[in-house]
Amino acid sequence: MSQKKTDRREFLKRSAALAGAVGLGAAKPALGQDHEHTPVAPEPGAFIRGSDEMTAYGSRSRFVNSVRIPHGGRESPDAFGLDFHIATPLQDSVGEITPSSLHYMGTTRGSFVPDIDPDEHRLMVHGMVDNPIVFSMEDLKRMPSVTRKHFIECAGNRSRSSHTTIQETHGMTSNAEWTGVLLSTVLKEAGVHADADWVVAEGVEEVKGASSIPMAKAMDDCLLCYGMNGEPVRPQQGFPLRLLAPGFEGIFNVKWLRRIKVVDEYYMTYNDFGHLTRDPVNAALGYQIGPKSVITYPSGGQQLPGAGFYEIGGLAWSGGGRVSRVEISTDGGRSWTDADIRGTAEPMAHTRFSYEWTWDGSECELQSRCIDEIGQIQPSRQQALDFWSTDGERATFVKGQDNSIQPWRVARDGSVHNAIS
Amino acid sequence: MRLAKPSTNKRGTALKTVRALLLLPLLVIGVVSVQAQSPTYGVGRTPTENEIRLWDIAIGPRGEELPAGSGSVDMGSELYLSKGCAGCHGTTGSGGMAPRLIKRDAGPNADPWDYGRVLPIRSPYATTVWDFINRAMPLGAEGTLTADEVYSLTAYLFFLNDVVEDGTELNEKTLPQIQMPNRSNWVQVPDWLPGQPRLEGYPY
Repeated sequence: MSQKKTDRREFLKRSAALAGAVGLGAAKPALGQDHEHTPVAPEPGAFIRGSDEMTAYGSRSRFVNSVRIPHGGRESPDAFGLDFHIATPLQDSVGEITPSSLHYMGTTRGSFVPDIDPDEHRLMVHGMVDNPIVFSMEDLKRMPSVTRKHFIECAGNRSRSSHTTIQETHGMTSNAEWTGVLLSTVLKEAGVHADADWVVAEGVEEVKGASSIPMAKAMDDCLLCYGMNGEPVRPQQGFPLRLLAPGFEGIFNVKWLRRIKVVDEYYMTYNDFGHLTRDPVNAALGYQIGPKSVITYPSGGQQLPGAGFYEIGGLAWSGGGRVSRVEISTDGGRSWTDADIRGTAEPMAHTRFSYEWTWDGSECELQSRCIDEIGQIQPSRQQALDFWSTDGERATFVKGQDNSIQPWRVARDGSVHNAIS
Repeated sequence: MRLAKPSTNKRGTALKTVRALLLLPLLVIGVVSVQAQSPTYGVGRTPTENEIRLWDIAIGPRGEELPAGSGSVDMGSELYLSKGCAGCHGTTGSGGMAPRLIKRDAGPNADPWDYGRVLPIRSPYATTVWDFINRAMPLGAEGTLTADEVYSLTAYLFFLNDVVEDGTELNEKTLPQIQMPNRSNWVQVPDWLPGQPRLEGYPY
């Protein structure tokens, strides 16, 4: 056999092995441990050709296909191009930050996303102030700034028995690093009158969504954000300027912010009307998000390959402050053990937790429970339903925001299911 | 707009107080407020009164921001068709794709909360209805209604829900005086303070 032919045969063999490696890569990342096949050092199956696009604004691997989905059974975008609720793929999340492209989106009704030239955008601060001010975006960027991690969560983010994945049960919350000016800095600059106790924050989208926010919150930690995860806020998140009311329900985080009006009473805007109640308990639970957590891996729809070691991972958060502790149960809530907090827990921010677990292959139920720094404890679904039940009438629905514990059932075949009945 | 009240805000620094005192003789000539806070950074510009009026579409329960104008139930019933409201909300105020605008039948002596989540009957303030039509309707042509048209449509929706009688005319003075059935039949959210549980005594 000529040397040329031998080379050619070797080349073909090697190509076949590589092709196999590429195919296997999708299903079994641990290629080196596959003893069925001839051991071969991992090599890339192909190379990404440089392009102007990849130079200018890089993109993720074509093998990474995690995407957002419309939430709540309504199309997004719809036939008119209106965006509605869009849920983030928490099942694929690592760390604490939600990439801007995958951040959840909520709108008060289907909405066209405003296409705003930041040079033309203005924020007016007026009402019960000594000095009304109009800021351009350039003006705001001259003001003292802060950068903080905060979650946002839609009040309607709740798990139902019909949901199969965490994207459906919990996908209406995300966490980003936000940069901007504290609202208190701007309010002090304007000189708020002593008898003013609310601000009305208003967006520039077609419905001009507006929310009343207590002055105590406005002066505490609300942010006028122009930055998100190291770049300008995305259009779906309110480009060029959004309000962040850390730990408050999603609707208070007014996007495309154009106006802050300082007033002396609750303005009962249309957004506020959504919170209208005559139940003082409901009213009290109406804006600050409760302590909450969820296991992201293993979670509904995922498949464990077999018994053995796993790092359980998840996210915990609270509108009341920092997450101080997360507990894990692998026996359906009968016994609890502390999980490890990864990184540093920050106020009103997703906090990643983990727990080293060896699965024995039998059916089990995984749960996580968040305890925050002001002592609030995430309730079980049973506890939450008990709270809303009255004499003779058993509640089947947690009113308002549902922060109850999410159970995931791991079946003997390794499949993971939503265990809410 | 109400007059600026003298500020009792204590956030000002000694320096600012000195500055304010130096300006005092100038200020008392023209305005009442003598202790206005002076800005720290001086970034941004001061809007004109007219500019604020043009921007300010947030109508509070007292209705102070309502523009001059008037409208009637009759005009409202015509506009309800000509402006396309009926297309989404139904010709009778229900049955369309958009939220219903007419109360549900809850029998005689019904509690206002039994009428359903219907803005022009459940809202404690008439101003909320005016404000929302003005800022957010009609779909796709938001902000195009004149003040008179908004008064008319508001009057018509209140007529549909038995809040006002047929033939009623509304203007910036009379609209805030409408006594909505839920005027006092709701609870204010409690005072919010940082670092506090959502509800005292709530177990979780």
